[in-house]
Amino acid sequence: MNKIIEAVNLSKNYGSFSAVNDISFYVKQGEIFGLLGPNGAGKTTTINMLIGMAKTSDGKIIYKGGDVTGNIKKAQRLIGVVADESNLYDEMTGYDNLCFCGSLYGLPAKVRAKRATELLDIFQLSEAAQKKFKAYSRGMKRKLTIAAALIHQPEILFMDEPTTGIDVASVRQIRNLIKKLNADGTTIFLTTHYIEEAERLCDRVAFISKGGIINIDTVAGLVEAARDANVVEVLFEAERVNKKNLEERLKNKFPHVECLLKDGNTVKILSQEQIDIAPIVGSLADEGMTILEARLIKPSLEDAFVKMTGIEIDMMKKEKEKR
Amino acid sequence: MKSFIAFWNILVKDMKNYYLKPPNISWGIIFPFAWMLMMFIKSGTVFDIASVFPGIVAMSILFGTTSMLSVTITFERKARSFERLLLAPISLEMLVLSKIIGAILFGIFNSIVPIFISIFFFGAGVMNWPVLAAGIILLSVVSTLSGLFIAVTAKEVFEAQTYSNFYRFPMIFLCGLFVPVSQLPVFVQPLSYMVPVTYGVDVLRYSISESNTLSILLSLPVLLGFCVLLFYTSIFNIKRKWIV
Repeated sequence: MNKIIEAVNLSKNYGSFSAVNDISFYVKQGEIFGLLGPNGAGKTTTINMLIGMAKTSDGKIIYKGGDVTGNIKKAQRLIGVVADESNLYDEMTGYDNLCFCGSLYGLPAKVRAKRATELLDIFQLSEAAQKKFKAYSRGMKRKLTIAAALIHQPEILFMDEPTTGIDVASVRQIRNLIKKLNADGTTIFLTTHYIEEAERLCDRVAFISKGGIINIDTVAGLVEAARDANVVEVLFEAERVNKKNLEERLKNKFPHVECLLKDGNTVKILSQEQIDIAPIVGSLADEGMTILEARLIKPSLEDAFVKMTGIEIDMMKKEKEKR
Repeated sequence: MKSFIAFWNILVKDMKNYYLKPPNISWGIIFPFAWMLMMFIKSGTVFDIASVFPGIVAMSILFGTTSMLSVTITFERKARSFERLLLAPISLEMLVLSKIIGAILFGIFNSIVPIFISIFFFGAGVMNWPVLAAGIILLSVVSTLSGLFIAVTAKEVFEAQTYSNFYRFPMIFLCGLFVPVSQLPVFVQPLSYMVPVTYGVDVLRYSISESNTLSILLSLPVLLGFCVLLFYTSIFNIKRKWIV
């Protein structure tokens, strides 16, 4: 396993306020690593320290095995940054913006022109290449901002809330592009408040709250850690069913499970052990039920996040959208 | 070479996006022209061009550079496009140089207009062209760096404009443009010698009419010293305030 980024006991204090407190994590080469947390959790401060926009109060930052703490300039050629706002130049065209960003990394004129044309094509912005950035839609601006971060073909791409505030079609397109970039070998460090985005995209996720890392694992690992019990829900046609004592009857037949009747048409079965659905469904059918659906309920990453951090996702989204 | 590509493109971008815009070019022409016209009207028909020439050149540079750089940098910081420059793999010194060169050139352009008008319309003479050139360049550099100093302090564009005015207007009176420093109240005179424009105006006076009060062997090194001091103070402040 190649660690491309390592944060070791990283802290950031603003006076007496500790924005990030002694966090350690690593990012593997070629993975999509997600940092999830509410506003004020320390996500942006962490990214800012990693990209050199904030000084560390304590700890080490290591890129590809080399300590760059206090001199991130050494690593800036390796990284591309997509800020949480589309921060290109309004008065310049899409094409000129990309060429200019290429020049900041020392790309010769021919190379940056070729690369800009390629990126405009990849991001389906070729037709808008000669339009000024200020005339772009929000989705187009976001795409061009991501393209600008890729102009020098960085090994690591930092993306701060890449899909916030844009239309659904652009969100889908950007998510697909992130997957494609990663498949092509770019390591991606992502922050998002869309938990389903992290669930879909990230290989590993770190939950961050109040400046500290709560947990880091794969999505499956985090979900597994949040699982209290195995849950199966059986949905049946409610008419012509004797629901009286149903829970007790099932308990007698399957003593290792707990059964709960829910909404008059669903049986929720819980167990600490693996649940074999077939005999339960068979038994319910024998009771004369018409079974519509039987499914194993897994906790989501959202459930894991709420359980581990105690933060409600809806609150987190509302806060973010207010901003 | 890679740093030079970045440097050159930042400079070209600033020239195209800010300094070569028609409103700024017209400002560079109208501002000194208006001052000369005002002097001309005030004096009836003929006025002593040699006495006002250095002042108008200095003001054209001062007004052109300080606000332009402070406003453009504050504007880019507000739009967060300045972050792109800070994230580029070039040294902060190189980045600052690329940002200030445009404003310095703009300051030099602003000074050419009154020189042109004075020489071709009023028949003014220049005693020492190399010293005039040195004075104009150093005054442009020091005024631009003052603009950078202001930009590091301001968070909003209007703040940058306000601070620029707070900086420039007292300087006009302190630097001996209208009243020679020796005729200012005694308690104000030390302040005059603490502002770089005083030395710049004196160098221009020497180059045009040799009516300087300080030796240019003092004024030129002092101006150069102010440039170095403001450059490194600004670098220090950027590191302290923008990379927190």
